[in-house]
Amino acid sequence: MQLNRDELLGAYRRMKTIRDFEERLHEEIKTGEIAGFTHLYAGQEAVAVGICDQLTVEDKIVSTHRGHGHCIAKGCDVKGMMKEIYGRAGGLCKGRGGSMHIADLDVGMLGANGIVGGGAPQAVGAAIAARLQGKGRVGVAFSGDGACNQGTTFEAMNLASVTKVPAIFVFENNHYSEHTGDAYAVGTDKDIASRAEAFGMRAWRANGCDFFDTYSAFAELLEYVRAGNGPAAIELDTERYYGHFEGDPQRYRGKGELERIREERDCLKAFRSRVTEAALLTNEDLDAVDTEVGELIDEAVAEARADELPDAATVADDVYVEYY
Amino acid sequence: MAVMNIREAIASTLLSEMERDEDIILLGEDVVGGNGTAGGPEAIGGIWGTSPGLWEKFGPERVIDTPISESAIIGAAAGAALSGKRPVAELMFADFVGVSLDQLWNQMAKFRYMFGGKAKCPAVVRLVYGAGMQTAAQHSQSVYAMLTAIPGLKVVLPTTPADAKGMLTEALRGDDPVMFFEHKTLYGVKGEVPDGDHRQRFGEARVVREGGDVTVVACGRMVNFSEKAAEKLEPDGIGIDLLDLRTTSPLDEDAILESVEQTGRLVVVDESPPRCSLASDIASMVSERAFTSLKAPPAMVTAPHSPIPFARNLERAWVPSPQKIEEAVRRVLGFRQEG
Ligand SMILES: Cc1ncc(C[n+]2csc(CCOP(=O)(O)OP(=O)(O)O)c2C)c(N)n1
Ligand SMILES: [Mg+2]
Repeated sequence: MQLNRDELLGAYRRMKTIRDFEERLHEEIKTGEIAGFTHLYAGQEAVAVGICDQLTVEDKIVSTHRGHGHCIAKGCDVKGMMKEIYGRAGGLCKGRGGSMHIADLDVGMLGANGIVGGGAPQAVGAAIAARLQGKGRVGVAFSGDGACNQGTTFEAMNLASVTKVPAIFVFENNHYSEHTGDAYAVGTDKDIASRAEAFGMRAWRANGCDFFDTYSAFAELLEYVRAGNGPAAIELDTERYYGHFEGDPQRYRGKGELERIREERDCLKAFRSRVTEAALLTNEDLDAVDTEVGELIDEAVAEARADELPDAATVADDVYVEYY
Repeated sequence: MAVMNIREAIASTLLSEMERDEDIILLGEDVVGGNGTAGGPEAIGGIWGTSPGLWEKFGPERVIDTPISESAIIGAAAGAALSGKRPVAELMFADFVGVSLDQLWNQMAKFRYMFGGKAKCPAVVRLVYGAGMQTAAQHSQSVYAMLTAIPGLKVVLPTTPADAKGMLTEALRGDDPVMFFEHKTLYGVKGEVPDGDHRQRFGEARVVREGGDVTVVACGRMVNFSEKAAEKLEPDGIGIDLLDLRTTSPLDEDAILESVEQTGRLVVVDESPPRCSLASDIASMVSERAFTSLKAPPAMVTAPHSPIPFARNLERAWVPSPQKIEEAVRRVLGFRQEG
């Protein structure tokens, strides 16, 4: 796998955008301006970007309640997302959806999902459509280690397997579903990929805190699926940096665990050392991206704050395409 | 009498009932919390903190943390109930009935009837419901009407700590499946709770206030909103009979009809869209059974026919407000009196 300079800079920019977006939200939520449930994706950036960077606009993804990273990686407008999270008229979903329901069908992002396990079957549907389209496109379902325990996920895997459609199951194992550990809740000894294998699929495993590892494993998988071999799965070992929800005291973490994962498993740090050591990019290149991204996020927050609230008179619009 | 909030009333009732009856078991997501983690089990009692400490006291065979599998949670509760246990299953959000509906609707609700009256399925499903916290379209719904429509299920919605204790106890001592709805904005509501054994029979509406001019029927958070409306109307000499239904199945039809026969005017308040709703159900029941007493058409104060929006002002516009209730009361009073 050889990524050129622009691709590397783009990947870094998207990971950094996700990180800054989430870290900024972590601060802004404390002001009380953002209500509802906001699940931060920080720590898992290499997964969203390592995967979505290899997809086209015509490939579809189906996301989760922790969806900001998938949205940004798939190309959703960052400012529109911020406005959505602030519940503003200019939000990507006009303020109707909020953090858990961001979607942008124009970029192949079929929606974050408040229902854990709600998405996987929809990715199979997208794969059915992709096969009919006949251009080698795929449907990708992101699921957590918690979502992999829903019946819907099992049904989706089996359906994809028997129909041999180009569906891809991406399991982001960040080791927790809310307060519960994967060691308790994932009956197959914490191993999610083996479940896909049990349904007759090929499954890959990669380090979801390492962009390059995720990227190259997914590249192989994607080639296999695009070639018409049927569905496949990949399990990424990753980490979430913040609580399940904002305000979660995280007593379930081990002593020093958060410090350790931030120190040892940070995808941005790993990316930086890898590309600078290999002299693919310089620290200055990356610093320039940092500055740019910082400005983008500042602007996104300022514009979201300044944006109007949705018109309350529209509350019951958009329920149907056609009214009569 | 002790003063406590609804959350504490539920937690203490679960504790004392589990002590009393060892057939009671509890299952749900994070009802223990911390299982399989370095931090170890926490006994947090769900993210709403409604069953804390029970795991420590009763152990992992009676207090069962489940993976995220609502269909299996409800189905396991149904099977345990058929096998002589009294399961309390927790749905972190009532919206997740969507995931588990078959187990509620085709299974749990129907066993007794399908099996010729031989079976008992004494399962209690606790569902956290309601809008008001900007939890958006999939975490805010009041799905009680849908479950009320299912023969075989009982549906209860406490609005006071005393009723939370009384009706949870009643549910745990009874032999039918009970859907126990807890409004997420009402957990902090405080009140006096009778000591010792306290059972509140199902199907007995609570008379919150008597005013004689208009009957207002509500449940859940809408009871509080209706009280606010009543306070606004009082200075104008408008008196409200306010009924808190407490349970929508069984429904205290007598209490509604008796009040409407006196007032001749009905306003039903319902935190959900209007079609096939609790509001339309009660309005039609009253139209049919108290037609000659009515001085004005029954009025429904409901949400619009739409999912629940996220944005603060949109959510506020969606939820029936005290102001809309007040307007509806004035409207039914003003009917044919304008000219
Ligand atoms: C059907 C359903 N059940 C429960 C929840 C509550 N809930 C939201 S996120 C979550 C944990 C999900 O864990 P996982 O799939 O590992 O994703 P992560 O949060 O780690 O990204 C739970 C239990 C929900 N939203 N939907
Ligand atoms: Mg997880």
